[in-house]
Amino acid sequence: MDGLKVNITNNAMLIQTAFKNIIRGGKRTWLNVVVLSFVLVIMVAYNGLLDGWMEESRRDTIDWESGWSQLWHPKYDKYDIFTLQDAHGIIPKDIKRLIDNGVATPILVIQASIYPHGRMQNIVLKGINTEQNILKIPSEKIKTEDEDIPAIIGTRMAKSTDLKQGDRIMIRWRDKNGVFDSRQLLITHIFETKIGSVDSDQIWININDLYQMTGMGNEATYIVLNKEAKIKSDLSGWKYKSDYFLLSDVRAMEKAERVESIIIFIILLSLALLAVYDTQTLSIFRRQKEIGTYVALGMTPKKVTSLFTLEGTTYSVLAVLFAAIWGTPLLYLFAKTGLPMPEAYTNIGLPLGEAIYPVYKITSLIKTIILLIILSAIISYIPAQKIAKQNIVYALKGKIN
Amino acid sequence: MNTNKVITISQLTKDFPVGESYFRALENINLEIEEGEFTGFVGPSGSGKTTLLNIIGSLDKPTSGTAVILGNDVSKLNTKESAALRNLHIGFIFQSYNLLPIYTVFENVEFALLLQKKSKEERYKAVMESLEWVGLTDKKDSRPTQLSGGESQRVAIARAMVKHPTIVLADEPSANLDAENSHHILQTMAQLNKELNTTFIFATHDEKVMQYLQKIITLKDGRIESEYNK
Repeated sequence: MDGLKVNITNNAMLIQTAFKNIIRGGKRTWLNVVVLSFVLVIMVAYNGLLDGWMEESRRDTIDWESGWSQLWHPKYDKYDIFTLQDAHGIIPKDIKRLIDNGVATPILVIQASIYPHGRMQNIVLKGINTEQNILKIPSEKIKTEDEDIPAIIGTRMAKSTDLKQGDRIMIRWRDKNGVFDSRQLLITHIFETKIGSVDSDQIWININDLYQMTGMGNEATYIVLNKEAKIKSDLSGWKYKSDYFLLSDVRAMEKAERVESIIIFIILLSLALLAVYDTQTLSIFRRQKEIGTYVALGMTPKKVTSLFTLEGTTYSVLAVLFAAIWGTPLLYLFAKTGLPMPEAYTNIGLPLGEAIYPVYKITSLIKTIILLIILSAIISYIPAQKIAKQNIVYALKGKIN
Repeated sequence: MNTNKVITISQLTKDFPVGESYFRALENINLEIEEGEFTGFVGPSGSGKTTLLNIIGSLDKPTSGTAVILGNDVSKLNTKESAALRNLHIGFIFQSYNLLPIYTVFENVEFALLLQKKSKEERYKAVMESLEWVGLTDKKDSRPTQLSGGESQRVAIARAMVKHPTIVLADEPSANLDAENSHHILQTMAQLNKELNTTFIFATHDEKVMQYLQKIITLKDGRIESEYNK
């Protein structure tokens, strides 16, 4: 019979039926939609927080510490403090030219000791050009005006040493011949930064003062370059360090945070999808007569599976729409106010401000939505496919357990 | 194909697995049903009448033997062809009505036509005509939960008839109805049988239904015990 070759049931009809079933599903539908939309908004907010934090960390690290790239003295190793003794040298002419053009600034780093409240504390003493504007270190505050050597420190250093603006502190260091010397420094300013690695255990002074103190005139440990420097390789024997290398700590932190976020997402999604799975499984067994009826009326079991999968997927689509309605103003407000961070977080060295301001990336948003929709579809497909495989006669009588 | 014979069943056997063994629900069934018959499979519970009806409806397949429905051997039909056979040529009426609960009366009746991709106008005309046959046009916007048992079964009849099927299979259609409603729906079906020449096949053990049947096929323990025309 030719009539049996007619391909009955089109996809548009399936979508319409699924949508009708969902819309008329009442509380069952809204429970799923609310739970899924809640999870979606939390995921978007959490992703936004992470992206915002990483964006800010990257920007702050560039602004305060790394610049766009650096040139290191061949013996300098940022992660090995023992290299500092030898990691300095006369700035080569090529690099000097960059400094004169204002696209680079030298930093001289030595080890020193201070004696706050009578106890000795090892610190890193950094000399920076007072005229530089490549880093946000407020170097204009360390212009030498009288006999005192002006110095600036960060809030973390101030807190750990109990130093305040106007305080004087004894400092002891070795000059280039290894001879100990000591002077008093005047704290002229305490700056605030989210980058702990330019603050903790560090004192910044005028590089010319440091030249005088150490006899290392015209020397540097590393050179910070700005965007206009356009250096992409080693120069005069000094090692080129790209922004990719210099921001590796931020990336490592981001990676760790992403792993953490994945765990949180898995927990959140599991809870939400469990609700969908539960609803779908329960409803499928409750609706087995309906499934049998669809088949008796001429639907193939495969189409019934598609219908129920579509229903489950529609939950997530509705959840996206619902989340857009209530989540958009909330996320916008959240982006304005940010998430206040306790002071303790900044003290443990994380590059955090008083608050993290979320940044919502469209790619991140799309990925989250697609993930939610795909998982909802899978979770709806499983029970639907299970029941479609059963004997439809039992389904018609509601006898499938 | 003989155009008068809509159903030809030969040496049909149906077994259901029970643990490692099986239960024989139908054994060596041979019968023929012609177009326009008002026939019933009667017999006690477990006699195999519903199983036979399900095989005729292509909802189930025989273990052995053949069941040729409108020229199609149900054993050889794939799921798509079975679905098409049901959608285009067979209407079902169930004991517990099996109406789709979230749909209105109109939408329930309309559903089979949606599957056939009929236009909106065609669907509306056919559904209203069908509801008129069963006297429920005024209930077209009601939900199944707002209907009485008799009304629900009339909706089920309208749903089965809306696509003008060749065969309507009714499994214990009066089992959940009182005497008055039973007679009402049986009169409706008998009238549709006369007017549209639709073949009606019942599975029943209800005396009220038997009064209306033109042909009674009695089943016992999965075998045909007797067959007679009134």
